[in-house]
Amino acid sequence: MKYVDEFRDAALGRVLAGEIIAAVEPGRHVKIMEVCGGHTHSIYKYGVDDLLPENVELVHGPGCPVCVIPMGRVDDGIAIARHEGVILTCFGDMMRVPGSTGTLLEAKAAGADVRMVYSPLDALRIAKANPDREVVFFAIGFETTAPSTALTLKRARAEDVANFSCFCNHVTIVPPLRALLDSPDLRLDGFIGPGHVCTVVGARPLEFICADYAKPVVVSGFEPVDILQSVQMILHQLREGRSEVENQYKRVVPYEGNGRALEIMAEVFALRPHFEWRGLGFISHSGLKLSDAYADLDAERRFDVPGVRVADPKACQCGEVLKGVIKPYECKVFGSACTPERPIGTCMVSSEGACAAYYNYGRFARERVVV
Amino acid sequence: MSGTAAREARVLGIIETQRGKRPKFRDERITMAHGAGGKATGALIEGLLLPAFGSPALDVLGDAGVLDVGGATLALTTDSFVVTPIRFPGGSIGDLAVNGTVNDLAMSGARPVALTLSLILEEGLEAPALRAEVEAIAHAADTAGVAIVAGDTKVVERGHADMMYICTTGLGHVDPRAALSPGALAPGDRLLVSGPVGAHGTAIMLARGEFELDATIVSDTRSLWPAADALLEHAGPGLRCLRDATRGGVASVLNELARSSGVAMLVQEAAVPVDPAVAGAAELLGIDPLHVANEGVLVAAVAPEWAGAALAALQDVQEGSFARAADIGEVRTSPTGMVLVETGFGGRRVLDQLVGDPLPRIC
Repeated sequence: MKYVDEFRDAALGRVLAGEIIAAVEPGRHVKIMEVCGGHTHSIYKYGVDDLLPENVELVHGPGCPVCVIPMGRVDDGIAIARHEGVILTCFGDMMRVPGSTGTLLEAKAAGADVRMVYSPLDALRIAKANPDREVVFFAIGFETTAPSTALTLKRARAEDVANFSCFCNHVTIVPPLRALLDSPDLRLDGFIGPGHVCTVVGARPLEFICADYAKPVVVSGFEPVDILQSVQMILHQLREGRSEVENQYKRVVPYEGNGRALEIMAEVFALRPHFEWRGLGFISHSGLKLSDAYADLDAERRFDVPGVRVADPKACQCGEVLKGVIKPYECKVFGSACTPERPIGTCMVSSEGACAAYYNYGRFARERVVV
Repeated sequence: MSGTAAREARVLGIIETQRGKRPKFRDERITMAHGAGGKATGALIEGLLLPAFGSPALDVLGDAGVLDVGGATLALTTDSFVVTPIRFPGGSIGDLAVNGTVNDLAMSGARPVALTLSLILEEGLEAPALRAEVEAIAHAADTAGVAIVAGDTKVVERGHADMMYICTTGLGHVDPRAALSPGALAPGDRLLVSGPVGAHGTAIMLARGEFELDATIVSDTRSLWPAADALLEHAGPGLRCLRDATRGGVASVLNELARSSGVAMLVQEAAVPVDPAVAGAAELLGIDPLHVANEGVLVAAVAPEWAGAALAALQDVQEGSFARAADIGEVRTSPTGMVLVETGFGGRRVLDQLVGDPLPRIC
């Protein structure tokens, strides 16, 4: 595939791996967090960390939208799905995330009409095809997916689709990053910035990481060569004592972001004062709801939802995994009580989740590639 | 071993112990995952069905039961077909109903002899649609050289079936050249696939119209007996095992074989044949082609000294399309029961079975 294969070139990967070995300061152990689940997935899919020296460690961050959904919100989604006449639509991964009483997949088996969609526009299409049913879209994701939800709501409004609404669980990337950086147990040296999110918000919003916390950030693409090059750029910054936002993913990410997408989001969404994150607790101004102008399309207003906070299971250490404090396999229940077949924590559900990625792709003694 | 490495090794040990246990069926209800061919299906079969029936022929989990009947070695198998839509590029439910059962016989080293056919039709099904499937069944049976010798027809009320379901049972004569066993794999054996993987499942996903992707991907539905016949002839005693890679794809087959033989496997990702359109669609959807269903692809494990001849024979088969058959990897000693992939990028990853349906990633 043109424009992709170049970024999966094994020979180039080895050259970069050699440069990484040369760039890391002897005797120093460097911990770099890839914020985004897409990066985690790629790292395991291609075996990127087999090419890294032992003293460069990648830590998987909180950027998987499925992983950060708290149980109470899953319960709310299931409650909406159980309303008479409702068709609840959601992305595939979301159907296996456990709430306190089960998953959407189990609710479907018990009679609720839950359907998997690939985009919010598919949900709108279902609404138009079923005018006598109420169709709800269970919206999740960071700024990557929020614009498509916003566009869909604008279209629903323009086409006067009265039986469509949105259960909004969109979140924003900056507040959890700030919460992570404020965490006293954090031991990170730099960040691989979330490429998909930055196509929308740009690289500028990440500048606070350098300004306030003196950590380097490199916004990265998702191919293995992108990730290795980003690691190399971070190591150069560390070596030179710099902490800047650099953009490795210039072919896609404009530094200032996508103005049109941001405008549409500002019109359709408003910040919630607080939003709960799985494992991280409540974070101020980190979640989106529908703006007053779109309140009539808000499923939380149309339907009764329990809206109850459900504490994370005691055994689950998702929060520490998401903060990079422990590795997935250091969690008390990893691989024993919590497996992809029966996940306790959300990190074990999505293939982008740190635990599932580790369990599915990485659970064997690694043989490091000799560069 | 450092503290971290020791801790990691201990946890990895726990996971492998978990994984080695016979799966338990603990779900409260059947979900779609139980039919997807991955781990949930395994739990249903091994956790509920096998213990209940206590049949040695069933316990080996082969594609067909092998029976000694009055001195003849026969293979018997059955399958149900519920695909939506019933017609798709490259085939239809009728082709599948014949080829799927014929292939289960072929993978047991049995030359297909006869099929039974059970049709479950939904009230309101239009006659031209039924006629087209009957023709597809007749054509596929003729191509595979099997006779349809018995049948049954039921009609259910509208809404109780999705147009039509087909069940076929197949009887085959186990070839005297065959000495196949799912537990026979040994370190050093080569792993062959008979052609490009992932086409059938991707064709079905696109035919459902759930993705707005503009690609022509054609199902690979075909009889695998000619390929099995060629392997029996040219790999002789070196042919350890055959499997058709249907639900759960090549990944599920390799995992099942690794577990039942107590060996490991190392697959070279770059050697796995995948059509560019299938690779592109899988890439967009975040799905691994090795997890996608096939209806005309087999996996063969062959002793190393026979592997070259086996591959050449497979590529030479005239009926069907096996020219792109490939040697994709080898059987190893450890880590026991696991399948590893050497990525084109030079790293390694574990290739596991699917948990449920392949669900596209969201971003």
